[in-house]
Amino acid sequence: MTRKQKRLSIIAGLGTVLVVAAGLIFFALRDQIVFFYSPSEIREKQIAAGTPIRLGGLVKENSCSRADETTDFIVTDGATEMTVAYTGLLPDLFRSNQGVVVEGAMAIDGKFTASNVLAKHDENYMPKEVVDKLKATGEWQRQANADGAVIPEVLANDNCAARTLAQTVAATGT
Amino acid sequence: MSIELGHFALILAFAIATVSAVMGLVFWKRDAFAGYLQQAALLQFLLVAAAFGALIQAFVVSDFSLKLAADHSFSLQPLIYKITAVWGNHEGSMVLWVLILVIMGAAVAASGRSLPKDLLTLVLAMQSLLASAFLGFTLFTSNPFARLVPAPFEGQDLNPVLQDIGLAIHPPLLYAGYVGFSICFSFAIAALISGKIDAAWARWVRPWTLFSWAFLTLGIAMGSYWAYYELGWGGWWFWDPVENASFMPWLAGTALLHSALVMEKRNALKIWTIFLSIITFSLSLLGTFMVRSGILTSVHTFASDPTRGMVILALLALFIGGAFALFAFRAGSLKHGGLFAPISREGALILNNLFLASATAAVLVGTLYPLLLDALTGETISVGAPFFDFTFGIIMVPLLIVLPFGPFLGWKRGDLIAVTQRLAGAAGLALFVTILCFALTGASISLAPLGLLLGFWVSFGALAELVDRAKFFRTDVVTSFRRLFGLPRTAWATALAHLGMGLSVIGIVAASAWQVEVVTTMTEGQVSTIAGHEVSFQGIRHEEGPNFTSDTGTFSIASPGGEVRTAAAERRTYVASGMPTTEAAILTYGFSQLYLQLGEPQADGQSVVRLWYKPYVTLIWLGCVLMAGAGFLSLSYRRLRVGAPKPSQARVAAE
Repeated sequence: MTRKQKRLSIIAGLGTVLVVAAGLIFFALRDQIVFFYSPSEIREKQIAAGTPIRLGGLVKENSCSRADETTDFIVTDGATEMTVAYTGLLPDLFRSNQGVVVEGAMAIDGKFTASNVLAKHDENYMPKEVVDKLKATGEWQRQANADGAVIPEVLANDNCAARTLAQTVAATGT
Repeated sequence: MSIELGHFALILAFAIATVSAVMGLVFWKRDAFAGYLQQAALLQFLLVAAAFGALIQAFVVSDFSLKLAADHSFSLQPLIYKITAVWGNHEGSMVLWVLILVIMGAAVAASGRSLPKDLLTLVLAMQSLLASAFLGFTLFTSNPFARLVPAPFEGQDLNPVLQDIGLAIHPPLLYAGYVGFSICFSFAIAALISGKIDAAWARWVRPWTLFSWAFLTLGIAMGSYWAYYELGWGGWWFWDPVENASFMPWLAGTALLHSALVMEKRNALKIWTIFLSIITFSLSLLGTFMVRSGILTSVHTFASDPTRGMVILALLALFIGGAFALFAFRAGSLKHGGLFAPISREGALILNNLFLASATAAVLVGTLYPLLLDALTGETISVGAPFFDFTFGIIMVPLLIVLPFGPFLGWKRGDLIAVTQRLAGAAGLALFVTILCFALTGASISLAPLGLLLGFWVSFGALAELVDRAKFFRTDVVTSFRRLFGLPRTAWATALAHLGMGLSVIGIVAASAWQVEVVTTMTEGQVSTIAGHEVSFQGIRHEEGPNFTSDTGTFSIASPGGEVRTAAAERRTYVASGMPTTEAAILTYGFSQLYLQLGEPQADGQSVVRLWYKPYVTLIWLGCVLMAGAGFLSLSYRRLRVGAPKPSQARVAAE
């Protein structure tokens, strides 16, 4: 091969790989991204059953019911409520009136089947997406005001908390 | 008092860094300044170390008049967590970041005798500029030395999730890697300013690249293992933006490691190597921005203050923008190096760089796209594991296929057919072992055979290189062994690093394809079976820790071999914050692990228990440790450390 041919073959090879990689990224961005919706938006947009999405909002007070390993609870954005079914262990910080993000898809019966529940990191943590959605529905102000010393009172009779207040008191010895 | 001294030391370090940055960049052509900047670099190190020491002292004695300690420490915390709490928060972690930056600068200053004076001055000036910028950021937007009057009686405790030995290991390792690449960045800028760049430059930069890369590898692996056992989600990689933030510099750094090799040996790929040096550290800075600005919410986000985000963004724009402007302006004047055929060691390394760069781009797009879309259209999306698995996975396949060929090919021009013949044994063995695996387990997951085959191919290919170079099967065994142990350490390092890569791939594939998960409700004495292991629940007892109380569930596990072990999974409540955490119980069988997590107690005395069996999962991290170890092995090779010869003159003499 001459010098020029060598250069050209290298450049052609590089070009091919880059085009393929770019194509892959764009193809995946169209198909593999997961949209984040509030309960109202799911109603509005008529999301088809089975499409993977993320749902965010607040856990409605005392909306939890358990049957074996499956927990049903209601996620609300103040305007619309959505029943979520989740099989598995709920995160430690999952409780009433806390922000939550669930991954999963709508089932045919109108419930949301969660494959993953995210409520993590610390007790003051509110997922940014949830804050934005709550601000949009006007629910945020009420929440912000109720913030602060809200946790113990809510815990007192919260059937969603992993531990009730009685258990917490017993555990901490306070 | 010591707190004020620490504060003062930090301010002084900022002043010295600023002055030496300006002086160095203005007077780099004067040889005398190299000595001044060397001393200034050592001084910066001593001052920042003193400031850091003052913080540690305040945390250790639980001096809650220091706001930082009051917010993030607690008198009953064990000593190790009092110390690690120093960097378990935004302000303290910035001080750690800067401390490692000035340690790197001081290391260059101390080992800089063999460097040309002008290059040394420029490198130290750039390091000082970085130190000055980040010290300024720390002092003006996130001062760790703020006091509280009156001092509270008790602190608010470190986030319980962070009260783990992982916090002592993960951030320092990761930062050493992240910040280590600043040296490569400074060398690149120095080369662009001075216009002098040759194989010797690559020789000086390569040890720093190796060092940073090895630490970053360990840091990421440690972070992954920490998340795996502490966060209790049972996963080891989530494609979380913060993980990606550390992964992108690793990918770019891996590419840099290989391209610097071409530059050192063949004096080619110069512009690309400079470009990669800039890119790698830019990605480190981008990672710092994403983690520290509060633009993302994760365990790493300690506090979000919009002004901090803006300042870091401005610094980011300054350094990255400035570096690329300089690159665009000067790159044209750099001379091109040696020629080579497409099928050659250089060609293989270019392919490596191409795939790694594409993979970096894919991760970058996936990480930034949601942020951009949110900023531009207000639409919230998440780009999760499916995107990354798909794009990253597909880009990795050709890289892994080509990988074993690289070390066998000759420089300048290689013989693909001959190399294929020499690798035929490794390929056959990989195919055989993969088929054997599936014959024995009977699993039928679509992509697992391909992934496993790739993992074995890379592993055996790496070993084949050692076997080939030692001339096994071509000469008598004794000579072969003598040759094997006589091989240069760099040959061993290459083979071990590639073997580590192969093992990680095997671990990833096996742990994903053959993982078994059981979620069940258990009462005391009940037995549940997972992957042949009989897990029997022994009940819950209440325990008191130093600063937490826990409900500890005890399990006794009988393995298929009949061995019985006990394990304890905990649900803890921390006294100061009232925050609950879950501590999983992990049992290791060979390379596989059994992972037990205790859920909330039910009203009727039952407990939800989640069990995972993860076959060969530890190979993922062992592979990373092997890769990092190979990096250090290569670093210990004397030839790399000794001052580089002058290749251009040597060649003139030879001709």
